[in-house]
Amino acid sequence: MPLAKRIIPCLDVRNGRVVKGVQFVDIRDAGDPVEVARRYDQEGADEITFLDITASSDDRDTIVHVVEKVAEEVFIPLTVGGGIRKVDDVRRMLIAGADKVAINTAAVFNPELVKEASERVGSQCIVVAIDAKKVSGEGEPSRWEIFTHGGRKPTGLDAIEWARKMADYGAGEILLTSMDRDGTKTGFDLELTRAICAAVSIPVIASGGVGNLEHLAEGVLEGKADAVLAASIFHFAEYSVHEAKEFMASKGIEVRL
Amino acid sequence: MSTIAVVDYGMGNLRSVAKALEHVAQNQQVIVTSSAEEIHNADRVVFPGQGAARDCMLELADRQLTDVVLNAAHEKPFLGICMGMQVLLSHSQENNGVDCMGLYPGEVRYFGDNLQDEQGEKLKIPHMGWNRVHHRSSHALWQGIDENSRFYFVHSYYMDPADKGIILATTDYGFEFVSGIGRDNVFAVQFHPEKSAQDGLQLLKNFAEWDGKQ
Repeated sequence: MPLAKRIIPCLDVRNGRVVKGVQFVDIRDAGDPVEVARRYDQEGADEITFLDITASSDDRDTIVHVVEKVAEEVFIPLTVGGGIRKVDDVRRMLIAGADKVAINTAAVFNPELVKEASERVGSQCIVVAIDAKKVSGEGEPSRWEIFTHGGRKPTGLDAIEWARKMADYGAGEILLTSMDRDGTKTGFDLELTRAICAAVSIPVIASGGVGNLEHLAEGVLEGKADAVLAASIFHFAEYSVHEAKEFMASKGIEVRL
Repeated sequence: MSTIAVVDYGMGNLRSVAKALEHVAQNQQVIVTSSAEEIHNADRVVFPGQGAARDCMLELADRQLTDVVLNAAHEKPFLGICMGMQVLLSHSQENNGVDCMGLYPGEVRYFGDNLQDEQGEKLKIPHMGWNRVHHRSSHALWQGIDENSRFYFVHSYYMDPADKGIILATTDYGFEFVSGIGRDNVFAVQFHPEKSAQDGLQLLKNFAEWDGKQ
């Protein structure tokens, strides 16, 4: 299989700065997004994802400027998510220089947005972000539901059915985050990843729980993900993207080195 | 100062194409334009594009740019990217069939829902990510780019040109598909050089310096 599995560092951006905290608590400053993006590009990142976690919608312009600046000097695909509610928000990000836009909560409350956006700008630009949490008990067949508000609010939507629906509505890719694992550094929810990958024919990015390089490789080998996303292991230079790729290559995974 | 015109017909994000060209062609003027006159007067033309074939053709016609773009493809160094390459063929299967610009005879086809790799694993559509590009002929635009280098792709349709003599590059995804075509002053690719890091920038640099001869 010549198509490389992708490694995607993710930057959580708040008020124009990269931040990192465990499940959005205890947030630490991790630098200027342009500088961090440039470093990831030099290390061989396949794409970069920005998640805008700015609390107030008044400050949304900040992320647009961040994207504009990064797009002027980083020539790999850029994805932006966070606070996308209308097709105009999507267009604004694309015009700023994003290649893909991730829609999360808004898709749950208004699935038609995904349809409308993919018809207007093309499926290749639309990523649907799915935050899933296991709801089945011990001994029961596994079942995951979509949660919103950082994993606090259940929606009653079955994660696998939701992924299929979003693919039907024109999503070009799924960014799948396990809310059970996010921030825990204990590895992806591989069972969930495998289930979603098997359910849809569009690419799936695994996210949530990466604490070491072995986890990244597992996401591809056992989770069957097309791409793996991680934030904290790259932020504080625990590992470089290049090291991650070399490790994956040593496990027989096709990567761009 | 020579000028590179990036054709703006409302399809896709042209800013990244323009920024990448500015990055490598600092002694040239890069303009993003939907003016027929500016395209006609430019020294080089880049014809990018994203989205669906039907919208592409409609937008071109709406702006009365079809002829000026075709003329440019006959006259000066011309770089087609992604949808800007597919619509150079005569017809696309997308949107239940769309007549395209017809610079080269051939059909743009859907990858299909049952694409598999050699191990029988189902392949995802769109073909999205970094794949290898095999050079099928020597060309000034491959200068400084290794055979089998990886470029960034995102597409669900591929080109099947009638004249195999125009194939400049191929890529494996379930089968060997055509990822680059051209002849004389035309070079057109399925992948996105503006999003393909160093090798992509090298290709754009080569284009900015190209005299239009193979």
